[in-house]
Parts: sequence; structure tokens; C-alpha cells
Amino acid sequence: MDLGPHAAFIWASYAVVAFVLALLIAWLVADGKQQEHRLEELEARGIRRRSARAPGPGGDAA
Amino acid sequence: MQTLTQRLANPTRFMELSRRILPWISGLAALTLAYGLYLTFFVAPPDYQQGETVRIMFIHVPAAWLAMMGYMIVAISSFGLLVFRHPLADVSAKAAAPLGAAFTLLALITGSLWGKPMWGAYWVWDARLTSVLILFFLYLGLIALRSALDEDPALAGKLTAVLGLVGVVVLPVIRFSVDWWNTLHQPASVLKVGGPAIHSSILIPLLVMAAGFTFLFFAMHLKAMRNEILRRRVRSLTMAEVERAARLEARTVE
Repeated sequence: MDLGPHAAFIWASYAVVAFVLALLIAWLVADGKQQEHRLEELEARGIRRRSARAPGPGGDAA
Repeated sequence: MQTLTQRLANPTRFMELSRRILPWISGLAALTLAYGLYLTFFVAPPDYQQGETVRIMFIHVPAAWLAMMGYMIVAISSFGLLVFRHPLADVSAKAAAPLGAAFTLLALITGSLWGKPMWGAYWVWDARLTSVLILFFLYLGLIALRSALDEDPALAGKLTAVLGLVGVVVLPVIRFSVDWWNTLHQPASVLKVGGPAIHSSILIPLLVMAAGFTFLFFAMHLKAMRNEILRRRVRSLTMAEVERAARLEARTVE
């Protein structure tokens, strides 16, 4: 593909966009995994949100 | 009857709904961008004046549009927090700021790389470029302010919402800067009175790329909101645990 005398500017633009978007996506995925891991750790230690606790003998979820 | 925003006010319901939507919108973004890139490099002809460099427009213009849309999301979310106290408004505003900043940076960089071969300069202090640079600094200001008040998230949310609403005045300045002042930047070519001034062979790839970028933005925004909700759950559980431990310790001392 011949992009003419300014090909370097065109490829550089697309490379920067691809790099920044890849970085953003990687950050979002890694951040999500980190938060899920921290939440699982807390839950494993018995620390749960009220709505996430198992219902008691009387069926009370609180 | 509840409105959609009222139904989504429940973070648990939002997490469930967004979990189901996210793969679809991500897939849609990937497909649209792939088709847009095909049109960009294999279908769209070179411009009669700008030659092949017009291909930078297919990423520069969507990035610039999303830079402004990101700020609109910040502003609307800030309004939702300050006026309606919507539980997810602050989550949305916080999630949109870094995404908007990234797209603004992309608009600035790709514009600069387009400007050098066309104008002979990477940067000129004209109204459009300068107002977009101010938008970038506004995004950084929102992120920095929230980060500085990290110990008090409620206060951080309110103050950044005020800054977010005040900063919205930059959007019409960006939009109309090319009409109000003599700028090196070209005037609006797509969203203008009388219809687009671009031939359909270039307009269609541009609109497809813009749609792909928009789907990607919404996918990333949803993911960032989900992450923020999880972060807040972790924080509240950790604080509850610390308080419980402190109470137990106080009882032991007694």
C-alpha cells in the first residue's frame, strides 16, 4: 500500500491511536481483575455485603 | 412507573445489566472498527487536495468528537449528582474523565501529525487547537482534584461535579471556534447547516469509524463504571471491617 510522501505521518497517527487504546483497554481489564480479586479476598475472610450474605435459618438475607 | 435511570439507580441491577451488555457492545465496536479500517485503507480515495493524508481524518475526527462527548457525559453526570443525587452519576463522571482525556490527547496528537504535512507546523496557537488543549487540561484537572481528595470520596465527587459543570462552557467554544475566529483549522465539514461538505466516498468511512469509536467508548465507559462500583464495594467492606475490629478492640480493653 503506497500512502505517498507523508506515509510516516499517517502510520504514526494510527500507531499512536492503537497504542493508547490498547493501553486503556489493558488498564480497564487489569483494574477490573484487581477489584474482583480484592472483593473475593474479603469475601473469603467472611466479610460480605449484606445483600451477598447467605440467608439465615429464618430466611433473613440481612 | 420507573424511568430507565431510576431502574439503573441500583448498582447491583446496573452490574447485572452491564455484564450482559458489555460483550455485545465490545463485539459491535470490534466489528465496526474492522469494517471502518477496511473502508479507510482499501475503499476511500485520496482527497483531491490533501492526498493520502486525509486518512488521518478517519481517526482524528472521531477522537475529537468523543473528546467532546466524554465531557458531555461528565457534565450530565455531574448534573445528575448535584441535582438528583443519582447513585451512579458520580461513578459515571469518574469513569468518563480518563477516557475523555485519552481521546482528547489522541485528537491533539493525530491533529498535530496531520498539521505538519498540511500546514507545515505541528502546532499553532489558533482558537480550535487551543480550546481543545484547554479541554485536555480540564480533564486532567478533574482527575487531579478527585485524586487529591481521595480520603473523602463524597466531597471529591461534589467538588469535581461543580468543576465539571463549570467547565462545560468550553464545549461551545470548541464547536464554534472555527466560525467565531480566523483559524488555520478548517470549519465544520460534517455537522453543518446545508449538510456535509464531504463526498460520500470519504464521508461513509468517516461515519463508520466514528460509530466504531463511539461503541468502543461506551464499552470502555461501562467497564470503567463496573470497576468503580467494585472499588467502592471493596472500600466500604474494608472500612466496615476496620470499624468492627476497632469496636472489638475497645470492648476487649473495657
